Amino acid sequence: MNMMQGATLLKYKNYRYLKATSLLMLLAITAYALIRPAGGESYGGTWLGYLLGIISTLIMFFLMWYGITKRRITGSPERRKLRTRVARSTEMADQARLERRKTRKKTRVLSGAMLQEWLSAHVYLGASLIVLVSLHTGFHFGLNVHTLAYVLMLLVISSGFYGLNVYLNYPRLITLNMTEDTLDNLLLKIAELDELAGTRALGLPDEVNTLIMKARRETRIGGTLFQQLSGDQKDCPTRIAVQQMLHLGAKYNQDDQPKIMRDLYSALLRKEKLVLRARTEIMLKARLECWLYLHAPLGIALLAALAAHIVSIFFYW
Amino acid sequence: MMSEHFKIVIIGSGPGGLSAAARAAEHGISHLLLEAAPHVANTIHHFQRGKPVMAEPAVLPLRSSMSFAAGIREHILETWREELTRYQVNYRVGATVTNITGQSGSFQITLASGESLNAEFVVLAIGVQGNIRKLAVPGEDLPMVQYHLDDPDEFRNETIVVVGGGDAGVENALALAGQNRVILVNRQEEFSNCKEANYDQLMAAVTQGKIETRVSTLTERIDALAQDTFNLAYVAQTPEGHEQINCHRVIARLGAKPPRQLVESFGVCFPNSDSTSVPQLSEQYESNVPGLYIVGALAGYPLIKQAMNQGYEVIEYILGNPVEPADEAFLREKFADVPDIHSVSEGIKLLRANQPLLAPLTTLQLREFMLDSTICVLPRGEVIFNRNDYSNSFFSILEGRVAIQTEGQNGKEAVYGVKAGNFFGEMGLLSGRRRSGTAIASSDCVLVETPRRSMLKLLYSASGVQRKLDEVSLKRVVRSCIDTSLPERELDYLVQGAQPKRYAVGDVLFNEGDKADGLYMIRRGSVTVSRMVDGKEVVLAYISAGNYVGEMALVSNQPRSATVRAASPTEVVLLEAVRVADVLGRNTSMRRKVDSRYLEQVRSDEYAPSSESSELINFLMGQGVGEATDVLLIDYARCIRCNNCETSCANAHDGTSRLDREAGSTYAQIHVPTSCRHCEHPHCMKDCPPDAIHRSVNGEVFISDNCIGCGNCQTNCPYGVIQMAVKTEYKKRSIWQVMLGTGKLSGKTGEVETGSLPKKAVKCDMCKDIIGGPVCVRACPTGAAFRMSPEDFMEYVK
Repeated sequence: MNMMQGATLLKYKNYRYLKATSLLMLLAITAYALIRPAGGESYGGTWLGYLLGIISTLIMFFLMWYGITKRRITGSPERRKLRTRVARSTEMADQARLERRKTRKKTRVLSGAMLQEWLSAHVYLGASLIVLVSLHTGFHFGLNVHTLAYVLMLLVISSGFYGLNVYLNYPRLITLNMTEDTLDNLLLKIAELDELAGTRALGLPDEVNTLIMKARRETRIGGTLFQQLSGDQKDCPTRIAVQQMLHLGAKYNQDDQPKIMRDLYSALLRKEKLVLRARTEIMLKARLECWLYLHAPLGIALLAALAAHIVSIFFYW
Repeated sequence: MMSEHFKIVIIGSGPGGLSAAARAAEHGISHLLLEAAPHVANTIHHFQRGKPVMAEPAVLPLRSSMSFAAGIREHILETWREELTRYQVNYRVGATVTNITGQSGSFQITLASGESLNAEFVVLAIGVQGNIRKLAVPGEDLPMVQYHLDDPDEFRNETIVVVGGGDAGVENALALAGQNRVILVNRQEEFSNCKEANYDQLMAAVTQGKIETRVSTLTERIDALAQDTFNLAYVAQTPEGHEQINCHRVIARLGAKPPRQLVESFGVCFPNSDSTSVPQLSEQYESNVPGLYIVGALAGYPLIKQAMNQGYEVIEYILGNPVEPADEAFLREKFADVPDIHSVSEGIKLLRANQPLLAPLTTLQLREFMLDSTICVLPRGEVIFNRNDYSNSFFSILEGRVAIQTEGQNGKEAVYGVKAGNFFGEMGLLSGRRRSGTAIASSDCVLVETPRRSMLKLLYSASGVQRKLDEVSLKRVVRSCIDTSLPERELDYLVQGAQPKRYAVGDVLFNEGDKADGLYMIRRGSVTVSRMVDGKEVVLAYISAGNYVGEMALVSNQPRSATVRAASPTEVVLLEAVRVADVLGRNTSMRRKVDSRYLEQVRSDEYAPSSESSELINFLMGQGVGEATDVLLIDYARCIRCNNCETSCANAHDGTSRLDREAGSTYAQIHVPTSCRHCEHPHCMKDCPPDAIHRSVNGEVFISDNCIGCGNCQTNCPYGVIQMAVKTEYKKRSIWQVMLGTGKLSGKTGEVETGSLPKKAVKCDMCKDIIGGPVCVRACPTGAAFRMSPEDFMEYVK
């Protein structure tokens, strides 16, 4: 339900940055198609190649600057101190009133979602690099630092696309999965069910107790990076226990055993659901974050390769 | 039996009482200071250890035999104790007064012990805290039975019974549970009397087994045990029968009896039934009972310094010594700019003569009124406030004329003049909303500008003022709500017999299908209009103060077509249907306006929101958004949970984030985080001793530097958005630190070593001093965070 609010990341300001970058790409492609350099072959060394290279480098710096901006949104240091002071003495009151009158003339500029604008531009400009830099290469590739920089760039951009995808789709899933619960809350409920199942099973044969104990001790929520990302545990003891309970139910059917077995089954079933939700939460959050651990370091690596690329071309002269 | 006789008996040993007693002792008159608690200055005694005590208001000089300056609790108590001995003050602790009879010259004071005393004069300085309720069972006064908890860390590895299911009891139990075995006893079946946050924490602690509870349980007695492990046996009646719990300590938090009833039993009158009302006093602090004087918080002066000054002055007045009040010099300065006024009493006289509204006030009240007010001498043409400003001070015109320009419904400007002897600005004050017009000085004029709090205090404590204000303001409300061009005589006719009516949240103004009883002008608060559609109640509209509802049925002569409910505490003026019909018949311009509004309403009904949106509106109203002016919402379908909103909030505000993203409720992907909503009538402003909470012209509610850290606002805020935090030197991370990822990342509070530094209240100020606006919104990379007023979201939801 996005009706409460303005546009999403991609649609920001009526696709302002899509339009801008499309124009940029169109210009680049046209120029590439029309302008045939003297040697008949386009590459980074022609004037068009240099131009595209310079533009792309500038864009890359701009993209990296996003990382800084994100952490430094605090507004201008200029503070309108006077207005905040409490007007106690007459002199101060007069001063405050004067100030008030001055400032109220200035309409308050709410620049709105500033970082959103940055991110919208970041996404489109980043994507446009695929076109700009490919044209810059003139499609000459080899086993050298130049192609390394190009490949790194493609990797950064693809991780970015993954990130864009999760940013756009996962938030909704997180809310649907968790509703108003928190992870801590789920874990607490799971612990309670474990406790309950543990005490309830005490009067039953060892077979059942071992099963319950195993489900309690060996069910992992979170775990390794891979487990986090997959949102699953191979041979999850809780899941196995739920399946086993169905078979064991037929076996232990004397006196009050059926009732206890039923209780255990329902407790395990509830636990399984909760475990699934907790794992989904961890999975979604992990996927939402993990790509950044590639995107940012690869970006730095790209920066290094780019520096090498730029320095090395001076030796061609 | 002869009872003891004194010239002056002072009841209550807070700052006011102590100061009065010390002055009396200095004069060498026979006196007695009575204190119900076991210590003098009991309230300050129960401040937490090392708590800094502030000395606001800074402009007021201290005049007392006792000394007082801002400092920590221990130091202040120590000084006072020394001074009590030095002046040889005659005091008695543990002496509760139950009754006062008689009159000036021969009062009889009865104590709880049955003893009775004689006094010529009585000074009541009992404050507003009231007497702490005790358990009222055998053993209630045993040494390990206590009625307050200063420092929960003092107790370790003890078994403690906490009695009381209110906030104080639950908070104490939670604080003790970490390092003690705690049993929380509640008289009621459920813990429904405490705040939601406390309730949630309690339930979590109970499921984790940290706290045991007993509900529907009544304390029977407490016995002292002569054994090594436990000193007390707490016996209670539970639904299962009698239970004995052996414990080390019993802490009972049963609240306090408000002192008003007691004070009234002494014959003192209060002007009205409002809980904030204070007794009417003469200039010399004398109540309507001659010889009975009232000072301090009970008289409406909650600050320590004020109370101490009054304690001193009241003794001088009783002795018949003329003293210049401590605020004299300060007031003289205020009147300095007014032409032809040379003394404070002349100024006060002018105020009384030129402002009929203030005429019913005593000189004391007028002085208090002036203490907070400012006098503005303005040249012709000066703008006093602008339309749509969020200011809520009240203006009285002493000299000159003021023109108010308002915008009529058809977009034309309407201007009306206000002359000396009148007032303006009451609509902003009462509605808590933006100014409905621009005020300009149309000649050189002298105005008194009174801040919201002092004005409200005045309205509650002097009934005459409220009545006089209503006479004029009702007409103005009608004029601004319906038709700015309506002649005075029609207004008079319309408001005849009209009374303001008050509604609590959720109260129904009228139901769908009711017979139309009149037109409802909303002068404060807001309402929702809803209708039953397919058996479900669907919210059609949200209407705020400055508008009216109920015209549909009046115009169409049908029963009510919708149900109207208060969305926040609401005050309306109900105009009788007959009168409205008469006036409509006579005034075509008003008729046209009401008709066009009717058609608009009919049209907008066609676009009634879906039931899903209606649910969302209901959810938001349930979250208290109805009384907000600007609330932070997060679209969880877009929020990537990066918490950049919190981090940047902390960065912008000295390292303490004023919002908690994760806390709060969510419905249909819309999340309401714990963050200030800048309510129309901020709950936090209600009881701020130094008046440190203000609203700026743009609407932000903020806390200024003179906060004394009392925590009242934190308690009063129903949304839990105020925290107490230590103000620290906070350095922003430099650009290099950001790039290299070093330097401390700021986040929630609690990272800084707090020690004994003074804590002050901290809340969202909507980044009013930061150009560009709220950083929480600007720092959201996906545009999930946004701020809105209730009117806005009605638009969006549709």
